[in-house]
Amino acid sequence: MPVKIETQGKSIRACIQGDIDHHSAFMIRKAVDAEISRRRPRLLILDFGEVTFMDSSGIGLVMGRYKLMKGFGGEIRVENLSAGAYRVMRLAGLERLGEIKQKEIV
Amino acid sequence: MKTVNELKMTVDSKSVNEGFSRVAIGAFIACLDPDIEELNDVKTAVSEAVTNAIVHGYREKAGKIYITVSISDNNIVRIRIRDKGVGIEDIPKAMEPLFTTAGSERAGLGFAVMESFMDSVRVTSQLGRGTTVTLKKRIWGKNS
Repeated sequence: MPVKIETQGKSIRACIQGDIDHHSAFMIRKAVDAEISRRRPRLLILDFGEVTFMDSSGIGLVMGRYKLMKGFGGEIRVENLSAGAYRVMRLAGLERLGEIKQKEIV
Repeated sequence: MKTVNELKMTVDSKSVNEGFSRVAIGAFIACLDPDIEELNDVKTAVSEAVTNAIVHGYREKAGKIYITVSISDNNIVRIRIRDKGVGIEDIPKAMEPLFTTAGSERAGLGFAVMESFMDSVRVTSQLGRGTTVTLKKRIWGKNS
């Protein structure tokens, strides 16, 4: 499974693993959306810490989930983006939709 | 400017080949010793172009994608990705950021990503005949 989902109170954390492209986005979307409609969380955290590659399919993934969460008053946060993924997200202006955070450099 | 190395490959228009194509091209240009960012830029642009061929060119139906990568003696990588799909009616419109014909899960930023990550992007297309995307980038390498 390309995504690990944890529920923490009123929020859901989805840890995406591996490459995000048009091929993998479908499965990730299906898994995350099923959990959102089941739990109706206040906050959805998309954790990109274990993402190894991302193209513009990642933007579609975030935008689609943003619309879904917004539909019932929820929020979205994107965490642990690699430098490359962060550049793609910035290109789309996604920082306007929610909190977009880069991976902390240790 | 002379071509010093060339790769030609043909893949089926299946989404599983998006990952294969970008990884294979990444491995082919490794001889130029690109830094992580350059390598990621090329892989991302290739992923966008191959996805476009599958989603738009062939409308997710069976077809072949023809890829040529050449490296010239001045470290310029030229990647040509060609499909024999439906073609693009209005290229400037297709290249506009946020324009998409593929529904709400596609951001319409494929060409914007290619243009931002490569030095040049050229698109030629004929309706009913197919589309060719040519991407170019000079690889400065880790020692630059």
